[in-house]
Amino acid sequence: MKNQANFRLLLTLVFGLMAMIGIAQNDKQEKEGFNPIELIDSHVWDSHEFHITDWKGSPVTLHLPIILWTDNGLTVFSSSKFDHDNSGKVVVEANGNKFVRYDENIFYADKFDQADFDATSVLAKPFKYEYRPLDFSITKTVFSMLLSLVLLLIIFMSAARPYKKNDKAPRGLAGFMEPLILFVRDDIAVPQLGSHASRFMPYLLTVFFFIWINNIIGIIPFFPFGGNLTGNIIFTFTMAIIVYLLTTFNGNKHYWSHILNPPVPLPLKPLLALIEIIGTLTKPFALMVRLFANMTAGHIIILSLSSLIFIFGSVAIAPVSILFVLFMTVLKLLVAALQAYIFTLLAALFIGQAVATSEE
Amino acid sequence: MNITNPESLLFWSVLTFVILLILLKKFAWKPILGAVTAREDSINNALEAAEKAKIEMANLKADNEKLLQEARAERDQMLSEAKQLREKMLTEAKEDAKLEADKLIASAQEAIRNEKAAAMTEIRDQVAELSLDIAEKVVKSELSDKDKQMKVINNMLEGAKLN
Repeated sequence: MKNQANFRLLLTLVFGLMAMIGIAQNDKQEKEGFNPIELIDSHVWDSHEFHITDWKGSPVTLHLPIILWTDNGLTVFSSSKFDHDNSGKVVVEANGNKFVRYDENIFYADKFDQADFDATSVLAKPFKYEYRPLDFSITKTVFSMLLSLVLLLIIFMSAARPYKKNDKAPRGLAGFMEPLILFVRDDIAVPQLGSHASRFMPYLLTVFFFIWINNIIGIIPFFPFGGNLTGNIIFTFTMAIIVYLLTTFNGNKHYWSHILNPPVPLPLKPLLALIEIIGTLTKPFALMVRLFANMTAGHIIILSLSSLIFIFGSVAIAPVSILFVLFMTVLKLLVAALQAYIFTLLAALFIGQAVATSEE
Repeated sequence: MNITNPESLLFWSVLTFVILLILLKKFAWKPILGAVTAREDSINNALEAAEKAKIEMANLKADNEKLLQEARAERDQMLSEAKQLREKMLTEAKEDAKLEADKLIASAQEAIRNEKAAAMTEIRDQVAELSLDIAEKVVKSELSDKDKQMKVINNMLEGAKLN
């Protein structure tokens, strides 16, 4: 019940945030010069290019590959072909198809002209599959994720190497990582899962470190870091779906009988069963929104504080701004670990509920 | 808010996560957790063994203490026995010596007495012999001439006449 209350609060916050940004976006054409909304948008959301910096007025960008599944099959070309255009004006021809890009979504050029979608609606563009090919591009967040994959593999494989040779006390990287691994085992897995802990340890460890390292990558403000993966709702949705699948497929008889045949008088059974089924969905939904909202909010606050300097157009505000940004960054370092911990803890809790027998 | 190409991130997220899960499980979590569990077991075993050894040591120490005490008691007993024995032997020896000495003294006294008696007898004999010799010599000198012989006879006869 507490989760649901949390979730409702977060949902309100998220949609409030969306509305604010939406309103601000409508206003943005009216003002000339620096536009903080554009800056924040470009840093928080996904894109086909990795913008590194501006040099002498022109952007320095890592052009990531665009991978499309079109009517003519797999199509791959560099995002540099769009020439930073996001308004559907530049037409790129590849593999017998013409493409345009509008708000980071790639459409068939001919169908885009006929398309009539509500430009202000957040969900209108990405789900118009009749107008656009399937897009499996290595975007900025995917790039970030692959970076985290490489980092995690390097860190943990080199941390694991000493264990094959000796069984003495760990040193170096292993000595640093082992307490974290033991923390996940002894403070997350074992209290929630009991005797089932060892079965889910690989999953919980992977989730914990995957989310944590991506949270940290999101905080580091320079290339090749800075991709906001954990603040992307599609990513948190994927992570939540995995939790949902794990609880659903590992649920034992006790778990399902509690959901489908709740211990209440007969007339109430269908109603409560319905609520319980919805409950199984709200739990991962809360996971999804919690991680997304926490990370995104943090990014937006830091970027807003940095933007203050440019909004005021004065260097005098910089010390205050930097002080606040520093404070927020340190806070976000804490939040990065905290959110990874909370996600893992709740995932363990939900799985624990599904696998627990009535005695446990 | 700007959701873009959700299928891309969904696809790559699942792929990355699965790859991570498989690779880390095989190359990191299993070796690390296995080693950690093995180490924990070995530490627990070592601690248990140490505890056992401690108890054993305590037992051993108690045993030693007991043995030592027994040995000490035995030694004390032996010492006191030896002391008693010595005293007994000493008193016995003293008594024996006394008896022997008494016997010796007695026999010595006896011997002295005998010697003395023998000596007395000898002296008496010699005195008698000497007396006889003297008497003989006296008699001889007295009766060396006729006058003297007559005188003696006369003296004796005078005495006989008186009676």
